[in-house]
Amino acid sequence: MNFIDKDFALHERALRFRGQRMEALSSNIANADTPGFKARDVDFRQVMKTVRTDSLTATQPKHYETEGGMPPDQAALMYRVPFNTSFDGNTVELSIEQASFGKASGDFQATLSFLENRVSGIRRALKGE
Amino acid sequence: MMDNIFGVAGTALNAQLTRMNATASNLANAGTVATTPEEAFRARRPLFKTIVESMLNKADTRNGPDIKGGVKIDQLVEDPAPVRRQFDPYNPLADKDGFVYQSNVNEVSEMVEMMAAARSYQNNVETVNTAKHLMMRTLDMMRS
Repeated sequence: MNFIDKDFALHERALRFRGQRMEALSSNIANADTPGFKARDVDFRQVMKTVRTDSLTATQPKHYETEGGMPPDQAALMYRVPFNTSFDGNTVELSIEQASFGKASGDFQATLSFLENRVSGIRRALKGE
Repeated sequence: MMDNIFGVAGTALNAQLTRMNATASNLANAGTVATTPEEAFRARRPLFKTIVESMLNKADTRNGPDIKGGVKIDQLVEDPAPVRRQFDPYNPLADKDGFVYQSNVNEVSEMVEMMAAARSYQNNVETVNTAKHLMMRTLDMMRS
C-alpha cells in the first residue's frame, strides 16, 4: 500500500493546491465590483517550499528551493500588485483574473491527467493485461 | 475545496441580480414626478461588500447564505444628486407655483450599470461552468 500512497501523494497535494488557487481566483472575480476589495492570489514559490520530497533537488538557479515539512492546509494568500487601481480602491483587473482562471483551469486538468494516468497504470497492473 | 467555488460564484450571481433589479426599478421610475423634492424618487444603488471570516458567525441570511470570499449586498444607497424641478402647471401633482419634481435617475448611467451587471453575471456563470467541468472530469477518473 505504501508505494501507492507515495505514488499518488504528490498529485493529490497538487490537486488540492490547484483547487485552492481556483477558489482564490473565483473570489476575485466574484468581488470585481466590490469597493475597496483587494485581489489575492496564491504564491506558488511559497507552496513549493513546503513540499517534502526526496527526489526534488535544486540543481539550477531557476529551480525552486524546497525546505521540507508538511504542506499547510491553506496556502498563504498574497495581495496582487495591480497595474491600475480604480477610484473605489478595488484592485481586481478582470482581464488578468480571467486569464489566470483559464490557466489555473488548465493546470488543474494537467494534474488530473497525471492522476488519471497513475490510476489507469495501477488498474492495468491489477488486471494483468 | 472546489465546492466553495460554486458558493462564492453563487453569492456573486445573487448580488449582480440584485444590482440588475435595482437598475430596473430605477429605470421604471425614471419618469415619475412628485409634488415636493422630498417625495421625488431617487435612484437606488446597491453597495457590495466582501464576506470575510468575522461575518460568518452572525446569522444574517437575508441575501442568501454567507460564504467566505463571496460578496453580499451591504445596503442600498440613494443617489445624492439633486432632483430636477420642472414647470408643469397642468399636472395634477404640481405644487401651488406650478412646479413638479422629477426623479434624479440618469437613464444613460442606468443603462451602463445594467450592462456592467450583465457582464459581471456572465463572468460568474463562466466560473461556475469551469468548476463544474473540472469536477465532472475528476469524477470521470472513477470510470475509465
